[in-house]
Amino acid sequence: MFLAIRELGFARLRFALMGAVIVLISVLMVMLSGLSVGLVRDGVSGLQNLPITSFAFAHGVQHDSAFSRSVVDASTVDTWREQPGVAEATPFGNTLINGRTDRGTEVDLALFGVETDSFLSPAVSEGDRLGPADGIVVSPTAIDAGLRVGDTVTVDRLGTKLRVVGVTEQQDTFGHVDVAYVPLATWQAVKSGTPAGTQVSAQATQEITAVAVRAADGDSVDLAAGDKAAGTESLTLEESYGASPGYTAETTTLQLIQGFLYAISALVAGAFFAVWAIQRKQEVAVLRALGASTGWVLRDALTQALILLALAIAVGMGIGLGLGALISGGNVPFALHPQSIAAAAAGLLVLGLVGAAAAVVRLTSIDPATALGGNR
Amino acid sequence: MSSRTTASPSTTGTAPADLGLVMRGVHLRHGDGAETVHALDNVDLTVAPGELAAIVGPSGAGKSSLLAVAGGLARPDQGAVTVAGHDMTVSSRRARTELRRRHVGFVFQSGNLLPALTAADQLRLPLRLGGRRDRAGRDPLEMLGHVGLAGKADRRPHQLSGGERQRVGIARALMTQPSVLLVDEPTAALDRARSHDIVQLLAQEARERSVAVVMVTHDHDVLQYCDTVYEMIDGKLATSS
Repeated sequence: MFLAIRELGFARLRFALMGAVIVLISVLMVMLSGLSVGLVRDGVSGLQNLPITSFAFAHGVQHDSAFSRSVVDASTVDTWREQPGVAEATPFGNTLINGRTDRGTEVDLALFGVETDSFLSPAVSEGDRLGPADGIVVSPTAIDAGLRVGDTVTVDRLGTKLRVVGVTEQQDTFGHVDVAYVPLATWQAVKSGTPAGTQVSAQATQEITAVAVRAADGDSVDLAAGDKAAGTESLTLEESYGASPGYTAETTTLQLIQGFLYAISALVAGAFFAVWAIQRKQEVAVLRALGASTGWVLRDALTQALILLALAIAVGMGIGLGLGALISGGNVPFALHPQSIAAAAAGLLVLGLVGAAAAVVRLTSIDPATALGGNR
Repeated sequence: MSSRTTASPSTTGTAPADLGLVMRGVHLRHGDGAETVHALDNVDLTVAPGELAAIVGPSGAGKSSLLAVAGGLARPDQGAVTVAGHDMTVSSRRARTELRRRHVGFVFQSGNLLPALTAADQLRLPLRLGGRRDRAGRDPLEMLGHVGLAGKADRRPHQLSGGERQRVGIARALMTQPSVLLVDEPTAALDRARSHDIVQLLAQEARERSVAVVMVTHDHDVLQYCDTVYEMIDGKLATSS
């Protein structure tokens, strides 16, 4: 570290330029991480907040569109309740609707149909819990968008009127649409396209999207056995995120960009330290001639890389967090998640060091005899 | 032009010769077959503690190869090399590095100082190379004062003259209290007056600190300060009259 620190100070402009590139990559990484978390939250927070471990969809349903295509007979719920390790199982309905409030505001809602006395009935931060047949409990993001407790939302084409009776405790969104919990029977009427004031068909009252299953604490459920018994196809809660509209495409795109950024950071660090190593050939030959071991030379060079990368990443993360704080809360789906930011910082640091290590390892092959005579 | 004879072990100096540098029957070849070049051809050399030996000769004669082998930077194909009684031809590069760090000092052309370090830090550097246990050495500031650079401890190489850089290089080489000092063309970039100053300093340090000094040079003006002068031609070493 003796030489590493002094060189950082002496060639500060050169290192600052290199550091600036890493700073910019770090800022970009924070923004991408924030967007990733924001998009995930916007896409599947309604699912993430459900106190369940798996969904049992219709057998053979396409996994990426399971919520919109799956139709399961409500009787399968009983079969699932009897499976070993299952604490609770309850019907779950899911559909997207367009509507209009009595104040003329257009709203899109993701209706989660649940039994009002089931464990899926959400707690509320404002208003009342689910109960009345026409009552809905909406995500606070819907309130932010202009909906109010007491508003009535009329479902397009059907004329079904839904009254906002409460607000959930945390953001519940599905496919970037605000979630509205609705009693299962009302959901079945809307899902089946039954106009307001018309009797819902007997078949529709038996149809649900999936069985929501919660495993007993510390227990696991044999999903394959349950599917075999109930004639369903289960996805764990995490697997079901892929069935949220756009979720897989969005997260894959952002992960790809993040992957490229990691690779770029490693390449940038590698390229810089490769050039730096070439420029230091004579200096390292002198060090080796004076008695510096290979380990000493490598430790010094890697310490230099570590200090530079750590400082640049810290500055970049700081700037990114500042910018992120400005963006958060606006219309952009952006959320800062400490673990994601820390993982991004660690990833940049490790890959930057890998790049630097690949470059400085050439210092080990420098012949100390080149410090002498006409080899200069 | 000096006449050449077979080089014989020096008797100059007051300490036993094997505490300095001893080379016996040293061969170093580069290349294969017809392309083989004898960089060192059966070289015998003894430099006792306190002795300043000069090696002169044309470019490509093998002077730098001799320094490289004497300092453990290169292994000879044949022959024995000891510094203060330690075998410098051991196969382990790590072992040779440690021997070099503890027993050998190098002075390079133009000082070969590290641009990022101040004069004082140049002197601290050798004490840092061996880890914590090797940090006890001479006081850098006192050493700088000894070579006439008392007020220039904070100067970096580009803020020093050629002679001052070379003085820092000599002081740096002496920081670890080596048994042997290997000096490579110390006056190559200096004018006549400064060349004399530098070689006088080397001779003085050799005697005061009982260091065996081997100096490679093209500069015949400074040979008057040397105890022994050798001439090297085509890898063969001979004493010079």
